[in-house]
Amino acid sequence: MAFLEVRNIHKQFGDLVVLKGIDFDLERGEVLSIIGSSGNGKTTLLRCINFLEIASVGTIALDGEEIFSADKKYTDKELTKIQHDIGLVFQSFNLFPQYTALQNVTLALDVKAENELKEQKIGYFQRKKLMKDIKKENIEYAKSILDKVGLIDKIDYYPCQLSGGQQQRVAIARALSLKPKILCFDEPTSALDPELTGEVLRVIKELKSPEIAMIIVTHEMKFAKEVSDKVIFMADGLIEEMGTTEQIFEKSQNPKTLAFLGNFAE
Amino acid sequence: MDFLTVTLQLLEGFVTTLELFGLTLLFSLPLGLIIAFGAMSKFKPLKAVVKTFVWIIRGTPLMLQVIAVYYGPALLFEGIGMLPRFIAVMVAFVINYACYFSEIFRGGIEAIPKGQSEAGRVLGLNKFQIFSKIILLQVIKRIVAPMSNEIITLVKDTSLARVIVVTEILKVAQDFTAKGLIWPLFYTAIYYLIFVGVLTILFGFIEKKLSFYKE
Ligand SMILES: Nc1ncnc2c1ncn2[C@@H]1O[C@H](COP(=O)(O)OP(=O)(O)OP(=O)(O)O)[C@@H](O)[C@H]1O
Ligand SMILES: [Mg+2]
Repeated sequence: MAFLEVRNIHKQFGDLVVLKGIDFDLERGEVLSIIGSSGNGKTTLLRCINFLEIASVGTIALDGEEIFSADKKYTDKELTKIQHDIGLVFQSFNLFPQYTALQNVTLALDVKAENELKEQKIGYFQRKKLMKDIKKENIEYAKSILDKVGLIDKIDYYPCQLSGGQQQRVAIARALSLKPKILCFDEPTSALDPELTGEVLRVIKELKSPEIAMIIVTHEMKFAKEVSDKVIFMADGLIEEMGTTEQIFEKSQNPKTLAFLGNFAE
Repeated sequence: MDFLTVTLQLLEGFVTTLELFGLTLLFSLPLGLIIAFGAMSKFKPLKAVVKTFVWIIRGTPLMLQVIAVYYGPALLFEGIGMLPRFIAVMVAFVINYACYFSEIFRGGIEAIPKGQSEAGRVLGLNKFQIFSKIILLQVIKRIVAPMSNEIITLVKDTSLARVIVVTEILKVAQDFTAKGLIWPLFYTAIYYLIFVGVLTILFGFIEKKLSFYKE
């Protein structure tokens, strides 16, 4: 059994069928890139994996456990729980403007810790007392992540005081805070000026590690080639072709893949 | 009638004005938030009822509503007594202002980009936490200006209470007029101006407090 198993994901909005049966596997430590032209359902697929959309058909299993099946109903509470294991970095960052870089990263950590204390039925005052120490630990941990994305000197800046590239790196740090098993990126650099994409792509490359699996929707073909182990080419709500980076970028015989990649040839 | 006596009597009326103002705010702010959530509900019938209600309240004069709350129940049902005057005015004011506030809240909440709550969701925050820790402050920042407008209007709307003989400041001044003393009526303006001045400074302070970040 693979680390992440996505099976037969369908999604429709009203009459519009966007995903028509998506299957793939991903192992721990692997990076998967999803490429394809605009409007093909790449974002929708990521949103289904993150439960921002609920797939109409299909199942998702993580680490040997079924975490989602379209046949079942999930309460908000259950969805909240599984969301801890899967992170998402948005195209438009979506940082919380009223929080500093550091606070953006600690927020989810603090909330999670507090939820856990509540579940153990620890009383209000006792909880506030315990949270004091936990918050201190969370700050130290958040600092270490911000250091990893090269922003240790910007931890007290508000998003409005940061460049686009720095904001996206804070967003990556925030997504990493809960130690997700799967981290998804939806065109992480397409809202950035060209001269700022490099710093973000470098950070993503450095995140590659045996602990985490990453799924990256991107139009940066050079980057996809460098960072990915696997590539999916999507067309019309389906996986048109899937394979190793070499298979897709060097050896593909599929006319649609070739036509798409042809658009990016310099 | 000397200046000091008039000043003190007007002040007594102004205390009633302030009570009406304060109590209206106290109840209409939370009620407005509840109405705003009703108007944004995904449950269509609830949404329709709330929107119709807001339309009726915003579409009719506040003075009429005050009269309706005071005389209405007794006219409609035999054997029902009238509410105390002050309570009747307060009920009408709370309902009226809650509806106006609800529209400001709704506008403020709907203006927050969807990405904010989605970012909260993928971080495992529940709906309540998303609202309280992410959305609320951003909404407050957005609505300070329209809210201060509405709240300043409320200061002056309190003078409508006199239609059912609640002796707020303007009613006191009017009673002087009946006795042939005109100037106290204009003197009331000073009370309003000072109070609105204090509120303006307060809102300016809140706005400044919230300017530590930009969207
Ligand atoms: N909430 C929604 N309601 C209705 N239609 C939607 C919704 N979200 C997406 N769609 C539609 O689904 C289709 C796929 O959209 P999606 O955003 O997944 O494409 P994409 O591959 O990410 O495109 P791009 O490369 O431009 O980001 C589009 O036709 C879009 O209009
Ligand atoms: Mg997209």
